[in-house]
Amino acid sequence: MENTFKLEITTPNRMFYEGEIHFLELNTTEGEIGIYKNHVPVTTVLVPGVIKIYEDENESKKAVIHSGFVEILKDKVTIMAQIAEWPEEIDINRANEAKIRAERRINKEGEGIDMDRAEAALRRALARIEALK
Amino acid sequence: MPSMRDIQRRKNSIQSTEQITKAMKLVATVRLQKARTKAEEAKPYFEKMYSTINSILAHSYNPGSKYLLPAGDKKKAFIVITANRGLAGGYNANVVKLITKNDEFTPDNTIIYNIGKKGREILNRNKFEIKADYSDVVNEPIYRDAIEICEDILKDYENGEFGELYIAYTKFKNTVVHTPELLKILPIGGKDELVNMTGEENVSEADKITFMKYEPSEEEVLDRIIPNYITSLIFGTLNEAVASENGARMTAMDSATSNADEMIANLSLLYNRARQSSITQELTEIIAGADAIS
Repeated sequence: MENTFKLEITTPNRMFYEGEIHFLELNTTEGEIGIYKNHVPVTTVLVPGVIKIYEDENESKKAVIHSGFVEILKDKVTIMAQIAEWPEEIDINRANEAKIRAERRINKEGEGIDMDRAEAALRRALARIEALK
Repeated sequence: MPSMRDIQRRKNSIQSTEQITKAMKLVATVRLQKARTKAEEAKPYFEKMYSTINSILAHSYNPGSKYLLPAGDKKKAFIVITANRGLAGGYNANVVKLITKNDEFTPDNTIIYNIGKKGREILNRNKFEIKADYSDVVNEPIYRDAIEICEDILKDYENGEFGELYIAYTKFKNTVVHTPELLKILPIGGKDELVNMTGEENVSEADKITFMKYEPSEEEVLDRIIPNYITSLIFGTLNEAVASENGARMTAMDSATSNADEMIANLSLLYNRARQSSITQELTEIIAGADAIS
């Protein structure tokens, strides 16, 4: 047990996850990072993507996080996500459709407000699809 | 004296009004509970958010986020949260009064982001410019609504359309006490100006660690977290406003119901008196008739 640390994933609607884990993989704005116990304390921004929670050394759980940030302490990691989902909760057809819609909008329009939104939507859709793979 | 039929008709109409007010009170009670549990669920998220921003602001001497700039003499923006429906006592009027009754805020120097039809009506009457209207979210606020509202508003802020942002809403203290309040949200002058909605001061574990690193940089983390913070503030105030709305409606409907009860009691008395006097009169007429024949 000595190599585990506490992970908390909070969203505005619920406490998404709470538990002792071995290893955690995250997508941040600085790239992918992996966290073991005794990580250097860091607060960083997450990008929409899949996180992997290793409750055991070999087995991992996947979850999708849409925008948020993470606070890493030596023995505790807190993820604050606006939206978090388990793969079971994702509708693959909807995610695929959303991906196609977002791609179309990106190809059609030049710049501006909708571009940012379309890109965000595309990233969310891709994250969802990846979680189900 | 009004006739028996008139009194009976009045009594019936008040009775059916009472049924409506009673039903509305029950509905408001249920909705109040729902809004309260929702606000409770969002609390841990908000607390963590608050303490994280707090500790960044406390540790860095001069973080240069775009959300911390002084406002200058730009316009002021308000998010005004009222209800879509009336019959809630002074609930809607009290929120709007925060703006219309304050001489600092004139229609020329304010931008309104409106949530709630009733507020829109009053603001329109007072000639305030309404930039955007999100009235349909009030009935059942979800987090995604708050995200969208926040995105729109921050875009305008970044374009320099306004320099200060406030939320006018009704704070929910308990079922009977709710006070209209004006919260200043932007710009954040320092850690003292952060709005702590939960009212609980809890020192985060990050606070104790002075060597916490921020990646990519403090500024960028702040730039990303502050919109989340504002979103959760909007969500929180929306939920509190809904709770207050239903609390206000509950109180209003409760007194309406007891007023109706009182009126019905008075009318019943009047009705019985009228009935008795008409019986007495009939009897007198019969006796007088019988006397005349014999």
